[in-house]
Amino acid sequence: MGFWEKIGSFDRRYIFILIALTVIVPLLIPIGMPITITKEVKSVYDYIDELPPGSAILVSMDFDPAALAELYPMSIAVLKHAYTKKVRVIGMTLWITGTSLGDIIMREAAEGIAEQDKDYTYLGFVPSGAMAIMRMGEDITAVFKTDYNQKPISQIPAMRGIKNYKDISLIIDLAAGSTPEAWIAYAGSPHKVPIAAGVTAVSAVGYYPYLNAGQIVGLIGGMKGAAEYEKLVQARGRASIGMDSQSMAHLAIILLIIIANISYFVVRRKNRRVEET
Amino acid sequence: MKLRLPLALCFIFGIVMIVQFFIPHPPFTDMYDKLINWTMIISIPALIIGLSSLIQLHYTRIVRKTPNMPYSIITFISMAFMAIVGLIFGVGEGTIFEWIFKNIQIPMQATMFSLLAFFIASAAYRAFRARTLEATLMLVTAVVVMLARVPIGSFLWQTIMPDAVLQWKENLPEDVASWILNVPSMAARRGIILGISLGAIATSIKIILGIERSYMGVGE
Repeated sequence: MGFWEKIGSFDRRYIFILIALTVIVPLLIPIGMPITITKEVKSVYDYIDELPPGSAILVSMDFDPAALAELYPMSIAVLKHAYTKKVRVIGMTLWITGTSLGDIIMREAAEGIAEQDKDYTYLGFVPSGAMAIMRMGEDITAVFKTDYNQKPISQIPAMRGIKNYKDISLIIDLAAGSTPEAWIAYAGSPHKVPIAAGVTAVSAVGYYPYLNAGQIVGLIGGMKGAAEYEKLVQARGRASIGMDSQSMAHLAIILLIIIANISYFVVRRKNRRVEET
Repeated sequence: MKLRLPLALCFIFGIVMIVQFFIPHPPFTDMYDKLINWTMIISIPALIIGLSSLIQLHYTRIVRKTPNMPYSIITFISMAFMAIVGLIFGVGEGTIFEWIFKNIQIPMQATMFSLLAFFIASAAYRAFRARTLEATLMLVTAVVVMLARVPIGSFLWQTIMPDAVLQWKENLPEDVASWILNVPSMAARRGIILGISLGAIATSIKIILGIERSYMGVGE
């Protein structure tokens, strides 16, 4: 077996080692890749930045720990921005496996800058996604009687004066699945409430039609989007740190694809020559 | 009767939901609120059904002593433990439930998902070949987007390219990736969304009118 044949049937364990190294080494020895801001992320930032203090935003954290690497830094950056702008934040989730996660993230982001119940509240999980979104358009308290800690909504200062989407300045869906589509269809379009989406990189492509149609005010996609938001709020976090690793892993995969294709063409040419003779 | 009653209910409630959209006034708004509440209530037993299905599956594995039986036992123990801990001590800040979630479930689930990176790299190495024109187009697009959607794309461009080129295009990889996402990719995606939506509307009308009955097990 020649060199290129061997390359073509490379043991995949070497690939695993290569990927592990490209992820781990930049974490230990940071390169500090420059992060450029895209207009879809800037739009979300600008929208929150221009909200007057005291206005309220709804943040739906529809993900579970599997998407934590991308959506945790994104959630922290967005929430910190809202808290520092003195915008009231109402948190919730449509994913049962993300219930505790939402609570932890809201508290972590609020450390030292916002007070629970006064500046923000976490309502917890509600089942039957689309139906809950539709019902909340009429009356949020019809869906959530209490917050995550069983405190009645009427006793939460952050919820004062909020009945439905008419009292919400922006809905941000930080999602690992397709829930932004439900928020757009059942909250954004019928109730004319602005929607922003923060999604995993793999699903970000699917939201460009909504972005271009003006159905969402902005889009934060994957860890890169989270890193951009961290740069905008000037708080270097996990996403910015992870950018070096992600860059190196992407580069490694691209190089592997190129090598594999060279091997494919060399072997194909060789086989054709053999067939001809 | 067994067939006609569900068909009649489906027709009535389907029509009510359509009408209320065009006439957002009482009594349709009240009916809408009630129907949404009912739907939410009905969806809750789905969680119970899911739980019972899980119990049934693992119970059968334990009874039959299948090779994976220990995992089923662990599932039962974990499930019961988390439920008991949550019910007794609560689920909020500083509870045992939160500690377990933070220190066991989060790292485990994140680890499982992270493994994807390794398999994707391996799969890309083995399967991403420029065999045909379509495959080549896909390969080139993927490489451009992969490079441009992380900082290394612009970093390499700005490092390698001379100033004259940079004055013309400061960040070409990002511009190209942005064009791919905003033009051809979006056009294809838009077509898919419209197709799915039209299909959903057609199917919904067929269900409301009783033409499509497979949801009742008819015709299976």
